[in-house]
Amino acid sequence: MGRYILKRILISLATLLVLVTVVFALVRLMPGDPFSSEKMTPQVRQNLERYYGFDKPVLEQYLTYMGRLVRGDLGYSMKYANVTVNEIIAKAFPYSADLGLRALAIAVSVGLTLGVVSALNRKKPIDAVCVVVAIIGTSIPDFIMGYVLQYFFGIRWGLLPIAQYKGFAYTILPSVGLGFYTLALVSRLMRSSMLEVVQQDYVKTARAKGASRFRIVRKHMIRNAILPIVTVLGPITASVLTGTFVIESIFAIPGMGKFYVSSVQSLDYTLVLGMTVFFGAFLVTANLIVDVLYGIVDPRIRVARG
Amino acid sequence: MEAIGDAPDRSLFERVGKDRAGMEAIERPNLTYWQDAWRRLKANRMAVFALCVVGLYVVMAVVGPWMTSYSYTATDAKATDALPSAEHWFGTDMLGRDLWSRVWMGARTSLMIGFVATLLNTLVGGLIGGVAGYYGGAVDMVLMRVVDVLYGIPYIIVAILMMVVMEPGMGSLIVAMVVTRWIGMARFVRGEVMRVKESDFVAAARVLGASDATILVRHIMPNLMGLIITNTMMAIPNAIFTEAFLSFIGLGIQPPECSWGLLAREGSQTLSIYPLKLFFPAFFISTTMLALNLLGDGLRDALDPRLRGE
Repeated sequence: MGRYILKRILISLATLLVLVTVVFALVRLMPGDPFSSEKMTPQVRQNLERYYGFDKPVLEQYLTYMGRLVRGDLGYSMKYANVTVNEIIAKAFPYSADLGLRALAIAVSVGLTLGVVSALNRKKPIDAVCVVVAIIGTSIPDFIMGYVLQYFFGIRWGLLPIAQYKGFAYTILPSVGLGFYTLALVSRLMRSSMLEVVQQDYVKTARAKGASRFRIVRKHMIRNAILPIVTVLGPITASVLTGTFVIESIFAIPGMGKFYVSSVQSLDYTLVLGMTVFFGAFLVTANLIVDVLYGIVDPRIRVARG
Repeated sequence: MEAIGDAPDRSLFERVGKDRAGMEAIERPNLTYWQDAWRRLKANRMAVFALCVVGLYVVMAVVGPWMTSYSYTATDAKATDALPSAEHWFGTDMLGRDLWSRVWMGARTSLMIGFVATLLNTLVGGLIGGVAGYYGGAVDMVLMRVVDVLYGIPYIIVAILMMVVMEPGMGSLIVAMVVTRWIGMARFVRGEVMRVKESDFVAAARVLGASDATILVRHIMPNLMGLIITNTMMAIPNAIFTEAFLSFIGLGIQPPECSWGLLAREGSQTLSIYPLKLFFPAFFISTTMLALNLLGDGLRDALDPRLRGE
């Protein structure tokens, strides 16, 4: 187990290194630069370029950046004067984390419930409803879902606030919009996983021994059926994270996603780099945790991947 | 011990023997794998319906813009933000451009990107994964380490940055998608090739002196075709979503060109006043993805009955 974890950690570190390098190169290749504006004079531009180290060779810039990165310093933003990237992330991340966790909580709890209910009532109307919800949910992009919710619940019926993030009522629409796709995905997976478990011998054994239906479902079926869901937790986290890019813009939430898209558009090199590194580290860590978790939950994986 | 009975009187029996010709007679028409798959697909009503929807959209993407006299780029200052009417069937946008022709021009872009990007992905990923899986050894080792490392990188972030670096447009979108998405296909094909290459028919082909290329192309690939097609089909809605996503945040197709994602972006800006402008692109993106998902499910069931889903 120790070797397995060590190997996953090494791969994760390599992934991060590649990610930072690729993004560094891509950011430098972007056309235009962050300082272009009508008021810019050559003198000021030169000073700015010296201040941010653009007058040095690219390789040296890269090494300087990596050196700072190791110490956790992501540098200063180029568009927001005198604000460090660390400060922006520290301010924006709590919003995104809160939104993402709510979305995940809704998606996993409702998704699992729908999947179980649907599998236990196979071929009944309630199953058909769940299946239709799942298929529709996986077919509607999150930005469209966000606008649909915003239009009907916010604008048309005036039930819930449509922008900002200042209390429970504000969180409902964005987190449902963000979580809906994942909800559908989880319920689909859980349904087919449950249907597979129903046919297993240990379920028949439990039934033969006279265990109650509730006990069989809870102890024997759900416990085993939930395993495959663990494997998709990594991709799910990634998809929720990308979802925040659009959902935060739609609902005017000052989170990471909104900052990320605007920093790419305004060519704020350090902010793009810093946030990408942060996203990357976040996802890589999440994947690492999922991998290790899965190794613990299912010993067969350890043997196979060794 | 008493004998059970006398030996049977052979003259009472007539020897029938084996009807060698009749035994081998084929009662039903001989169906190839593909005919069989097509038959199974046709029996799946949902999949047939989905196929019709996708077919309709593809046809409309070709002929739709020609059905009205308005060009998709022609602006009309006198008819901005019009509601659907006999003149403009889907209404007009804020610059007075006809939405009917824009929606179907958008369909051309979105569907083209979805199909082409996914096809290229399959080719690139399939080739790399196939070679790695077949030869194994050092090639495979290196490739799998590369894949391990790249797999953890969030593709959408790299795609976003690539879109900023490159000239925005259809070509760049396809390039960005292929560069970021080939890994999944490579992993999948590698695994399948490794599974199949141990089969007896591959050993037989090798004994008969077939070259590596022949074995890969004539013996292994046809056996994986069903799975590869299914996987490709399932990836198309994903590609359409990615295009829509990138265009939606302003990094994909740029006006006056259009795609469904861009139309959704334009429509979303006046959502509270003219919700229909968002409704049309949203409806077509969602129904296309829905139809492609259903078709993918149907194809999976038709091409590989062992994996038949519920």
